[in-house]
Amino acid sequence: MPYEAVIGLEIHVQIKTRTKMFTAAPYQYGAAPNTLTDAVVLGLPGTLPVLNYAAIEKCAKLGLMLGCEIAEVCKWDRKNYFYPDSPKNYQLTQNEEPLCIGGKVEIELPGPSRNVEGDHRWVTLNRIHLEEDPGKLTHEAFETVIDFNRAGIPLAEIVTEPDMNSSTEAVAFLNCLRNMIVYAGISDCDMEKGQLRCDANVSLRPVGTDKLGTRTEMKNLNSISNVKAAIEYEIERQTEVLKGGGSITQETRRWDVESSSSFSLRSKEEAHDYRYFPDPDLMPVQMDRSRIKELEAELPEPPLDKQRRYQESFKLPFTLTSVLCVNRELCEFFEEALQTHQAPKQIANYITNDLLRELSAASESGDCALGVGQCKLTPSHIATLVKIIDEGVISKQIGKEVFTEMFVTGEMPDAIVEKKGLKQSNDIGEIEALCREAIAGNTKAVGQYKEGNIKALNALKGPVMKATKGQANPAMLDGLLKKLIDEG
Amino acid sequence: MSDLHFKTITELAAMLAAGDITSVAITQSVINRTAAVDAQVKAFLSSDPEDALSQAKASDERRVAGKSLGPLDGIPIGIKDTLAVKDQPLRCASKMLENYVSPFDATCITKLREAGVVIWGRLNMDEFAMGSSTENSAYQTTCNPWNLETIPGGSSGGSAAAMAAGEAIATLGTDTGGSIRQPAALCGVVGMKPTYGLISRYGLVAFASSLDQVGPFARTVEDAALLMEAMLSKDPLDSTSIAPQGETNYAAALKEKKGPWKLGIPHEFFGEGINPEVKTNIEKAIDWYKGQGCEIVDISLPHSELAVPVYYIVATAEASSNLARFDGVRYGHRSDEAKDAMTLFTKSRGEGFGDEVKRRIILGTYVLSSGYYDAYYLRAQKVRRRILGDFEKAFEQVDAILTPTSPTPAFKRGERADDPLAMYLSDVYTISVNLAGLPAISIPSGFTESGLPIGLQVIGKAFGEADMFAIANAFEQSHGYYKMMPAL
Amino acid sequence: MSETPHIDIDYVANLARLDMTEEEKSKLGSQLDDILGYFDKLNSVDVEGVEPMAHAHRVANVWREGDQTGETYAPEILTGMAPDHRDNQVVVPKVVE
Repeated sequence: MPYEAVIGLEIHVQIKTRTKMFTAAPYQYGAAPNTLTDAVVLGLPGTLPVLNYAAIEKCAKLGLMLGCEIAEVCKWDRKNYFYPDSPKNYQLTQNEEPLCIGGKVEIELPGPSRNVEGDHRWVTLNRIHLEEDPGKLTHEAFETVIDFNRAGIPLAEIVTEPDMNSSTEAVAFLNCLRNMIVYAGISDCDMEKGQLRCDANVSLRPVGTDKLGTRTEMKNLNSISNVKAAIEYEIERQTEVLKGGGSITQETRRWDVESSSSFSLRSKEEAHDYRYFPDPDLMPVQMDRSRIKELEAELPEPPLDKQRRYQESFKLPFTLTSVLCVNRELCEFFEEALQTHQAPKQIANYITNDLLRELSAASESGDCALGVGQCKLTPSHIATLVKIIDEGVISKQIGKEVFTEMFVTGEMPDAIVEKKGLKQSNDIGEIEALCREAIAGNTKAVGQYKEGNIKALNALKGPVMKATKGQANPAMLDGLLKKLIDEG
Repeated sequence: MSDLHFKTITELAAMLAAGDITSVAITQSVINRTAAVDAQVKAFLSSDPEDALSQAKASDERRVAGKSLGPLDGIPIGIKDTLAVKDQPLRCASKMLENYVSPFDATCITKLREAGVVIWGRLNMDEFAMGSSTENSAYQTTCNPWNLETIPGGSSGGSAAAMAAGEAIATLGTDTGGSIRQPAALCGVVGMKPTYGLISRYGLVAFASSLDQVGPFARTVEDAALLMEAMLSKDPLDSTSIAPQGETNYAAALKEKKGPWKLGIPHEFFGEGINPEVKTNIEKAIDWYKGQGCEIVDISLPHSELAVPVYYIVATAEASSNLARFDGVRYGHRSDEAKDAMTLFTKSRGEGFGDEVKRRIILGTYVLSSGYYDAYYLRAQKVRRRILGDFEKAFEQVDAILTPTSPTPAFKRGERADDPLAMYLSDVYTISVNLAGLPAISIPSGFTESGLPIGLQVIGKAFGEADMFAIANAFEQSHGYYKMMPAL
Repeated sequence: MSETPHIDIDYVANLARLDMTEEEKSKLGSQLDDILGYFDKLNSVDVEGVEPMAHAHRVANVWREGDQTGETYAPEILTGMAPDHRDNQVVVPKVVE
């Protein structure tokens, strides 16, 4: 009997606020242990939580971005469980009345090759609620040490319906979700820094049936490749169990990166009795409808909508939009450049190829990844560069040189062309004389060309370009060479 | 002036203002009195005379410089061991917090410091405020100064006993189900529980968050009113704190408001279980009001008999969660037998908590646990609203409600120690007030034949403290029981 | 809960992370059964359609505006109170998941 996998994800996203969810202590990734605490973070006797409104707004924005309905009222519950990373031994969360209800996320599945766009589909969400992050445990040889810096950071927990059927869909979902969250400025979603964490629920059912099978929950999936591997491992494991006539035990499993396998967390099984009840220290939050409208108006265009628009309005190919549209900054840069010069494809090319290449080279030599905002180039640099190429002021080849120069110095391309005398030569007399020299000096290439090898012409162009320092108008050069050989 | 410690705040404030005495003299008088009688009364868990005298000295210097902070400036006030005072022990009379020192001041303490109060000593209580006799302290059993064989009531028994014995000019307690009013009645002093939210709970070690309130013990209603005025605040650190509403110049208003008032008498409070001497005493007090021209209205609070079960479900549920933070990880008692995460918790908590606290944690955990939540906790929350509804209906007809504070006078030590249910029933007249979030005050209304104090409870409307104080003040000033002191 | 209420003390004590002797448990068990019996009174009232009361007042929208950072504790405050610590971190017996 063939089985189909059913996958649901629970994604925890650290919301980017300056201060914690229920107190004004700041958070900064990488700070020295226990330097970002206060009485509330440490759960000292007598302390009380006070809600950070910025977390509510950002989470509402996230919900709007993901097509959720924003609740009229949301409330706070206590989830009671003992764990040494939890300062109060209960977590403030939203069990009964979450902030965001439902929702759906458009995902793009991988195409048959990198350059071909894959299918799109929607993944349905169940809810998004807010809760607080616990502290961080580090397990040493004989002891565990605790840093409470992370404790109390606002977390949005995004819960999908069991709506995916493969690890590929789960990975596509995570990538698309991450793009949207980063776009909306809600989190940087850096999985290495724990800003986005994923648990996966996996079950199997016979193909063609509707009833969900018994699921297992996979924890500790802290990279996209772990998510993929853990889901695949679990589908295989469950398939084997079922095919062997066994049944699946509902359990929590931990993914172990080193052994590329998962194992059951028996210790977590005994106490799933969280004794939720309404938190008496925090009051309900009524969501102001007019404020929600304002937040909605501030939302960025979702990445896949942008991609569709670029493809339709600007006729950009998928190879360009797939690079451009995952990065909101790049898109803004691109659209601003279009204000100066309407040449979408050429500008997109410069951004996705030359600019990203230079940025990544600069990042490698420096010590951090550079963003578009940190380089010296403005949209107007690139637009002007494309413009002077289009106007025939410089050749494409010279354009590359100008690009490299302006990336380093930040000078405008026309200034660089002026200063270095890089203007394209359209002096037909000079170019013709040089062409004749080249033809005379390479009879072999001329012969090959005459036999139909068009590429042989390049061997003749070289010396001319060299002599003109690359400034000869390439179209003119091409035409002259052909004409002279044909005539000759 | 050896009896300064028995004077009222208003008397002392006048003497201070006239330059007849100093705060150092008052404080020294209180220190001397404590040294003389506390071996018998055992009200204090700890005290720091030097620190108190240095605060008194600072107060005297302010007064000399013409910068007195008002009537409370220089008045020594004892603090229940559940309220955080910076750099002082905060043990909640528990082994769990034996060595714990608070790094911050409770907001009510901050407010009192702003009024110039001399913070004086840590007062005994039932462990984590759970009890009605102060026998549940892990450190000592406080005696009722009127009869050392009897209990002072609880949980703020130390605060009440210290007042009665002249070991402080006023004290602070906390009231979750009667923990200020019942010991005040049993020790023959004034004890007041404000409208929920009127005084910040920040720095009050939570027992049952939706019921807990800080309140004053004092010799007179006017003194209590002065303390209340000083502590009022809408605290940004407590989301359940509420901006004061209506008349808040309580001390001035209680002299201006002369009645006559409409006073409700709930027949449910005079039935089964009430001690005949208490009943007669309270009926006499009601007659006195009638004689003053007040209209006495028979009212019904039909859900009163459900207040005890509702209270013990709501309070223990909240407590089971509030006390989860005492786990031996960050502070407090850690068992030497802690070998892993489980025994770290179970052994530390098993050793750190006393019987009553364990009893309530178990009960509270049970009523929240899977399968029982709806039958106990949710149902109790609904009946709680019915109890509030009873009061709202009654207050459509009356200005305040008069009842006995406690069904019996002080009982003998050990009498109810093994019968928790009988102990829980000693709060029968006080807890519905907490469930409804209302203000109430207990004032001395006479003595039993054996010389034990009896208390009259005046229950006010929500935020109706000004009227409540005036009604209580009228009886107090005409009877003068506050001038009676126990012979120690 | 109209049938004889009974607490499974072992289960609840484990949830509450409370170590108790058998003697403590059996004494507590019978006391709590009495108390739960008393709680049965609650079944005498009709609460159909009554909104549960989680707070004393109907107040909403209490929060901190502006996301402005406040003061933090020096790690020494935590290490000064922690039963065991090393390098500014709290130490506990090894936690095995």
